Amino acid sequence: MAEAIKIRATLQGDVADVKALMNHVMETGLRQDPASGKVVPAHFIQQVIATFNGKTVLDTRWGPSVSKNPILGFRVKGARAGDKVVIKTTDNKGETLNGEATVA
Amino acid sequence: MNPLRRTFLNGFGAAGALSISITTGLLKPWEALAAEWNKSAFEALTMTDALKSVGGAGATESKDIQIKAPDHAENGAAVQLEVTSKIAGTTSLAIFVEKNPRPLIADCEFSNGAEPYIFFRTKMGESSRIRVLARAGGKTYFATKEVSVTSSGC
Repeated sequence: MAEAIKIRATLQGDVADVKALMNHVMETGLRQDPASGKVVPAHFIQQVIATFNGKTVLDTRWGPSVSKNPILGFRVKGARAGDKVVIKTTDNKGETLNGEATVA
Repeated sequence: MNPLRRTFLNGFGAAGALSISITTGLLKPWEALAAEWNKSAFEALTMTDALKSVGGAGATESKDIQIKAPDHAENGAAVQLEVTSKIAGTTSLAIFVEKNPRPLIADCEFSNGAEPYIFFRTKMGESSRIRVLARAGGKTYFATKEVSVTSSGC
């Protein structure tokens, strides 16, 4: 599942601008399936952790309202080209997504 | 038999079993982490309750929190938000859509050089105010922005 999160990290001065795209349904648990009329069970990312060279830079908790196939942007000061970015997500079913990239 | 003592022993047994299952690798670390998800805050149905659950009830308004969002969003399924805090020492940002069925959208903590800035897309059920709560130096600050939505995203 290495391709589950696409990451682009670009250096602007000494600040790394990171954009990550994750593949996830982000089901709220409030939506009805139009065909069956049944409520679609909740399935959404609850936690996203981003690390730079192994150090946690961002720890975010999400509710079900973040859009489908979430995009996440953040900035890290003091970054250098070649720094390793790793992002890991965990959803309410305990499933995980992983992605990594290097700052360019 | 003392019922209180029973309850206590049962509770103790459960907690013990959990820590054993973590150390023996039966439970992966993320399962332990997922337990930290602030359930009462994310499942709060009203803005007041959600704000209280994240400790933001007594926040002061600040112009140093910038919310970049469209004034009119056509599609409520994906409204782009960009939040920056210029308050020195901001450690975390919590984002709310006041009229959503579950107002709390995200709670982000920054460390090791990460700037208090976050960019993402949120669903909006109807036109609403976006509220951002920033925590800095033991104090809480907030800012709001009105976004009108043409078609619901919930």
